Amino acid sequence: MRIRSHRRDVAPIDMTAMIDIVFQLMAFFVMTFKVTAMEADFKVRMPLSSEAATPIDELLPRVIQVDLSAGAERNIAAIDVLCDANTATFTGATMFDQLTAFVQQELSREGDAASATGVEVEFVIDPALRYYWTVQAMEAVSGKLQPDGSVQRLVEKIRFREPG
Amino acid sequence: MRLKYTPKPPIVLDLTPMIDVTFQLIAFFMFLMNFSQIERAEEIMLPTSAVAVPPRELPAYQIILNLVEDGSVIHDGQRIEKVDFITSLLRREIGAAARQNVGNPGDISVVLRAHQDAPTGLVQELIKKCQESELEKFSLRVKEKK
Repeated sequence: MRIRSHRRDVAPIDMTAMIDIVFQLMAFFVMTFKVTAMEADFKVRMPLSSEAATPIDELLPRVIQVDLSAGAERNIAAIDVLCDANTATFTGATMFDQLTAFVQQELSREGDAASATGVEVEFVIDPALRYYWTVQAMEAVSGKLQPDGSVQRLVEKIRFREPG
Repeated sequence: MRLKYTPKPPIVLDLTPMIDVTFQLIAFFMFLMNFSQIERAEEIMLPTSAVAVPPRELPAYQIILNLVEDGSVIHDGQRIEKVDFITSLLRREIGAAARQNVGNPGDISVVLRAHQDAPTGLVQELIKKCQESELEKFSLRVKEKK
Protein backbone atom coordinates (compact mmCIF):
# COMPACT_ATOMS: atom_id res chain seq x y z
CA MET A 1 0.00 0.00 0.00
CA ARG A 2 1.27 3.36 -0.85
CA ILE A 3 1.48 5.80 2.05
CA ARG A 4 0.38 9.26 1.21
CA SER A 5 2.34 11.92 2.89
CA HIS A 6 0.20 14.58 4.54
CA ARG A 7 1.74 18.03 4.52
CA ARG A 8 1.05 19.58 7.91
CA ASP A 9 -0.25 23.11 7.96
CA VAL A 10 2.13 25.58 9.60
CA ALA A 11 0.44 27.15 12.64
CA PRO A 12 0.91 30.92 12.32
CA ILE A 13 2.10 32.66 15.47
CA ASP A 14 1.04 36.27 15.80
CA MET A 15 4.18 38.12 16.88
CA THR A 16 2.63 41.59 16.94
CA ALA A 17 1.85 41.70 20.66
CA MET A 18 5.30 40.47 21.66
CA ILE A 19 7.08 42.92 19.37
CA ASP A 20 4.94 45.74 20.78
CA ILE A 21 5.99 44.88 24.32
CA VAL A 22 9.62 44.44 23.37
CA PHE A 23 9.71 47.85 21.70
CA GLN A 24 8.07 49.45 24.71
CA LEU A 25 10.70 47.89 26.96
CA MET A 26 13.39 49.15 24.62
CA ALA A 27 11.95 52.66 24.72
CA PHE A 28 11.85 52.55 28.54
CA PHE A 29 15.46 51.49 28.89
CA VAL A 30 16.70 53.96 26.28
CA MET A 31 14.86 56.83 27.99
CA THR A 32 16.00 55.99 31.50
CA PHE A 33 19.59 55.18 30.61
CA LYS A 34 22.00 57.73 31.97
CA VAL A 35 25.75 57.72 31.75
CA THR A 36 27.11 58.65 35.17
CA ALA A 37 30.57 59.85 36.00
CA MET A 38 32.84 57.55 37.98
CA GLU A 39 33.19 58.35 41.64
CA ALA A 40 36.11 57.99 44.02
CA ASP A 41 36.72 58.28 47.74
CA PHE A 42 38.96 59.95 50.26
CA LYS A 43 39.03 57.56 53.18
CA VAL A 44 38.98 59.13 56.61
CA ARG A 45 39.02 57.19 59.87
CA MET A 46 37.83 59.26 62.79
CA PRO A 47 36.87 57.64 66.07
CA LEU A 48 35.23 60.07 68.48
CA SER A 49 37.66 59.66 71.36
CA SER A 50 40.88 58.79 69.58
CA GLU A 51 43.07 60.77 71.95
CA ALA A 52 41.89 58.89 75.03
CA ALA A 53 42.24 55.49 73.38
CA THR A 54 45.86 55.94 72.32
CA PRO A 55 48.16 53.74 74.40
CA ILE A 56 51.06 55.60 76.01
CA ASP A 57 53.73 53.27 74.64
CA GLU A 58 52.40 53.51 71.08
CA LEU A 59 54.62 55.49 68.74
CA LEU A 60 52.77 58.71 68.05
CA PRO A 61 52.68 59.76 64.39
CA ARG A 62 54.02 63.08 63.22
CA VAL A 63 51.13 65.39 62.61
CA ILE A 64 51.03 68.10 59.98
CA GLN A 65 48.38 70.58 61.00
CA VAL A 66 46.73 72.32 58.06
CA ASP A 67 44.49 75.33 58.76
CA LEU A 68 42.19 76.45 55.96
CA SER A 69 40.68 79.89 56.31
CA ALA A 70 37.78 81.27 54.30
CA GLY A 71 37.66 84.65 52.66
CA ALA A 72 35.25 86.41 50.33
CA GLU A 73 32.30 84.34 49.09
CA ARG A 74 33.42 81.44 51.27
CA ASN A 75 36.41 80.82 49.00
CA ILE A 76 39.77 79.87 50.40
CA ALA A 77 41.90 82.79 51.58
CA ALA A 78 45.02 81.14 53.03
CA ILE A 79 46.53 77.86 54.15
CA ASP A 80 48.56 77.79 57.36
CA VAL A 81 50.66 74.73 58.05
CA LEU A 82 52.41 73.61 61.17
CA CYS A 83 54.63 70.56 61.62
CA ASP A 84 56.90 70.28 64.65
CA ALA A 85 58.49 73.74 64.64
CA ASN A 86 57.98 74.41 60.93
CA THR A 87 55.27 76.87 60.05
CA ALA A 88 54.29 78.41 56.76
CA THR A 89 51.46 80.33 55.17
CA PHE A 90 50.42 79.80 51.59
CA THR A 91 48.29 82.20 49.57
CA GLY A 92 47.55 82.91 45.94
CA ALA A 93 46.90 80.70 42.96
CA THR A 94 49.67 78.23 43.76
CA MET A 95 48.74 77.65 47.41
CA PHE A 96 47.79 74.01 46.86
CA ASP A 97 51.04 73.30 44.98
CA GLN A 98 52.92 74.90 47.88
CA LEU A 99 51.00 72.72 50.32
CA THR A 100 51.91 69.60 48.33
CA ALA A 101 55.57 70.67 48.29
CA PHE A 102 55.51 71.22 52.07
CA VAL A 103 54.00 67.77 52.66
CA GLN A 104 56.57 66.17 50.35
CA GLN A 105 59.35 67.93 52.24
CA GLU A 106 58.02 66.72 55.59
CA LEU A 107 57.61 63.18 54.29
CA SER A 108 61.16 63.13 52.96
CA ARG A 109 62.35 63.67 56.56
CA GLU A 110 60.67 60.37 57.40
CA GLY A 111 62.75 58.63 54.76
CA ASP A 112 61.09 57.40 51.61
CA ALA A 113 58.11 59.65 50.98
CA ALA A 114 56.09 56.80 49.56
CA SER A 115 56.41 54.70 52.69
CA ALA A 116 56.02 57.42 55.29
CA THR A 117 52.97 55.92 56.93
CA GLY A 118 53.74 57.50 60.28
CA VAL A 119 52.61 60.93 59.18
CA GLU A 120 49.11 62.25 59.63
CA VAL A 121 47.43 65.40 58.39
CA GLU A 122 45.02 67.13 60.70
CA PHE A 123 42.74 69.66 59.08
CA VAL A 124 41.38 72.61 61.01
CA ILE A 125 38.87 74.17 58.66
CA ASP A 126 36.85 77.35 58.80
CA PRO A 127 33.24 76.06 58.99
CA ALA A 128 32.09 78.56 56.36
CA LEU A 129 34.58 77.36 53.74
CA ARG A 130 33.06 75.81 50.63
CA TYR A 131 33.51 72.04 50.68
CA TYR A 132 35.08 72.27 47.21
CA TRP A 133 38.19 73.90 48.73
CA THR A 134 38.38 71.32 51.49
CA VAL A 135 38.54 68.58 48.85
CA GLN A 136 41.22 70.52 46.96
CA ALA A 137 43.31 70.67 50.12
CA MET A 138 42.75 66.97 50.81
CA GLU A 139 43.86 66.24 47.27
CA ALA A 140 46.99 68.34 47.76
CA VAL A 141 48.09 66.33 50.81
CA SER A 142 46.94 62.91 49.51
CA GLY A 143 48.92 62.74 46.33
CA LYS A 144 50.50 64.41 43.39
CA LEU A 145 49.51 63.82 39.79
CA GLN A 146 52.57 63.03 37.70
CA PRO A 147 52.99 64.15 34.06
CA ASP A 148 52.55 60.54 32.90
CA GLY A 149 49.11 60.40 34.58
CA SER A 150 50.17 58.26 37.54
CA VAL A 151 49.66 59.44 41.11
CA GLN A 152 52.41 59.71 43.68
CA ARG A 153 50.73 58.89 46.98
CA LEU A 154 51.57 61.10 49.93
CA VAL A 155 49.67 61.11 53.23
CA GLU A 156 46.96 58.49 53.73
CA LYS A 157 45.91 59.34 57.26
CA ILE A 158 43.67 62.36 57.30
CA ARG A 159 41.46 63.65 60.08
CA PHE A 160 39.48 66.73 60.93
CA ARG A 161 39.59 68.79 64.09
CA GLU A 162 37.12 71.44 65.04
CA PRO A 163 38.57 74.95 65.10
CA GLY A 164 39.02 76.69 68.44
CA MET B 1 -11.35 36.20 -23.17
CA ARG B 2 -11.76 35.01 -19.66
CA LEU B 3 -9.04 36.11 -17.26
CA LYS B 4 -7.82 33.51 -14.88
CA TYR B 5 -7.43 34.75 -11.29
CA THR B 6 -4.18 33.64 -9.72
CA PRO B 7 -3.89 34.57 -6.02
CA LYS B 8 -0.48 36.00 -5.06
CA PRO B 9 1.37 34.16 -2.30
CA PRO B 10 1.51 36.23 0.94
CA ILE B 11 4.86 37.90 1.65
CA VAL B 12 6.39 36.31 4.72
CA LEU B 13 8.78 38.51 6.68
CA ASP B 14 11.35 36.69 8.76
CA LEU B 15 11.32 38.61 12.04
CA THR B 16 13.78 36.37 13.83
CA PRO B 17 16.97 38.50 13.42
CA MET B 18 15.14 41.67 14.46
CA ILE B 19 13.74 40.05 17.59
CA ASP B 20 17.18 38.60 18.41
CA VAL B 21 18.82 42.01 18.16
CA THR B 22 16.06 43.71 20.14
CA PHE B 23 16.33 41.19 22.97
CA GLN B 24 20.08 41.65 23.05
CA LEU B 25 19.63 45.42 23.30
CA ILE B 26 17.18 44.98 26.17
CA ALA B 27 19.63 42.70 27.96
CA PHE B 28 22.39 45.29 27.43
CA PHE B 29 20.33 48.10 28.95
CA MET B 30 19.21 45.93 31.83
CA PHE B 31 22.79 45.03 32.75
CA LEU B 32 23.92 48.63 32.51
CA MET B 33 21.01 50.00 34.46
CA ASN B 34 22.54 51.22 37.68
CA PHE B 35 20.21 50.51 40.53
CA SER B 36 22.55 52.31 42.94
CA GLN B 37 21.19 55.52 41.38
CA ILE B 38 18.49 55.28 44.02
CA GLU B 39 21.17 55.96 46.61
CA ARG B 40 22.36 59.04 44.78
CA ALA B 41 20.68 62.38 44.89
CA GLU B 42 20.73 64.11 41.53
CA GLU B 43 20.96 67.57 43.07
CA ILE B 44 24.34 66.85 44.63
CA MET B 45 27.20 68.26 42.61
CA LEU B 46 30.30 66.49 43.85
CA PRO B 47 33.71 68.16 43.88
CA THR B 48 36.23 66.57 41.52
CA SER B 49 39.58 64.99 42.26
CA ALA B 50 42.24 63.20 40.25
CA VAL B 51 43.91 61.69 43.31
CA ALA B 52 40.98 60.05 45.14
CA VAL B 53 40.80 56.28 44.92
CA PRO B 54 37.77 54.60 43.28
CA PRO B 55 36.03 52.16 45.67
CA ARG B 56 37.35 48.70 44.78
CA GLU B 57 35.29 46.51 47.04
CA LEU B 58 31.90 46.92 48.59
CA PRO B 59 32.15 47.22 52.40
CA ALA B 60 30.26 44.81 54.63
CA TYR B 61 27.69 47.53 55.24
CA GLN B 62 27.57 51.11 54.08
CA ILE B 63 25.39 54.11 54.79
CA ILE B 64 25.22 56.66 51.98
CA LEU B 65 24.45 60.19 53.15
CA ASN B 66 23.90 62.95 50.60
CA LEU B 67 24.48 66.41 52.05
CA VAL B 68 22.69 69.17 50.15
CA GLU B 69 23.96 72.74 50.11
CA ASP B 70 21.08 73.93 52.32
CA GLY B 71 22.04 71.54 55.12
CA SER B 72 19.45 68.84 54.51
CA VAL B 73 20.51 65.21 54.22
CA ILE B 74 19.11 62.74 51.68
CA HIS B 75 19.30 59.07 52.50
CA ASP B 76 17.64 56.37 50.41
CA GLY B 77 15.37 58.95 48.76
CA GLN B 78 14.24 60.31 52.13
CA ARG B 79 15.08 63.93 52.99
CA ILE B 80 16.00 64.95 56.53
CA GLU B 81 15.76 68.70 56.91
CA LYS B 82 18.63 69.19 59.36
CA VAL B 83 21.81 67.33 60.25
CA ASP B 84 20.69 67.38 63.91
CA PHE B 85 17.79 65.05 63.14
CA ILE B 86 19.92 62.27 61.68
CA THR B 87 20.52 60.30 64.89
CA SER B 88 17.35 58.20 64.63
CA LEU B 89 18.20 57.31 61.02
CA LEU B 90 21.71 56.24 62.03
CA ARG B 91 20.32 54.14 64.87
CA ARG B 92 17.99 52.43 62.42
CA GLU B 93 20.84 51.76 59.99
CA ILE B 94 23.09 50.38 62.74
CA GLY B 95 20.25 48.04 63.71
CA ALA B 96 19.90 46.93 60.09
CA ALA B 97 23.66 46.34 59.91
CA ALA B 98 23.54 44.23 63.07
CA ARG B 99 20.86 42.05 61.46
CA GLN B 100 23.31 41.51 58.58
CA ASN B 101 25.99 40.35 61.03
CA VAL B 102 27.84 43.68 61.11
CA GLY B 103 27.46 44.15 64.82
CA ASN B 104 30.26 46.62 65.41
CA PRO B 105 29.31 50.14 64.24
CA GLY B 106 33.03 50.78 63.70
CA ASP B 107 32.94 48.35 60.76
CA ILE B 108 30.17 50.26 59.00
CA SER B 109 31.35 52.53 56.23
CA VAL B 110 29.70 55.94 55.96
CA VAL B 111 29.83 57.41 52.46
CA LEU B 112 29.45 61.17 52.52
CA ARG B 113 28.35 62.70 49.23
CA ALA B 114 28.42 66.41 49.95
CA HIS B 115 27.59 69.19 47.51
CA GLN B 116 30.70 71.11 46.51
CA ASP B 117 29.21 74.42 47.67
CA ALA B 118 28.08 73.13 51.07
CA PRO B 119 29.88 74.73 54.03
CA THR B 120 32.59 72.42 55.36
CA GLY B 121 31.17 73.05 58.84
CA LEU B 122 28.07 71.08 57.84
CA VAL B 123 30.20 68.15 56.68
CA GLN B 124 32.04 68.20 59.99
CA GLU B 125 28.76 68.40 61.87
CA LEU B 126 27.47 65.37 59.98
CA ILE B 127 30.68 63.47 60.75
CA LYS B 128 30.32 64.41 64.42
CA LYS B 129 26.75 63.10 64.51
CA CYS B 130 27.97 59.82 63.02
CA GLN B 131 30.82 59.65 65.54
CA GLU B 132 28.31 60.05 68.36
CA SER B 133 26.66 56.90 67.00
CA GLU B 134 30.07 55.13 67.18
CA LEU B 135 30.61 55.24 63.43
CA GLU B 136 34.23 55.92 62.56
CA LYS B 137 34.90 54.84 58.97
CA PHE B 138 34.17 57.63 56.54
CA SER B 139 34.54 57.94 52.79
CA LEU B 140 34.29 61.42 51.36
CA ARG B 141 33.00 60.82 47.88
CA VAL B 142 34.14 62.91 44.93
CA LYS B 143 33.77 62.77 41.17
CA GLU B 144 36.76 61.25 39.45
CA LYS B 145 38.69 63.73 37.32
CA LYS B 146 40.23 62.19 34.22
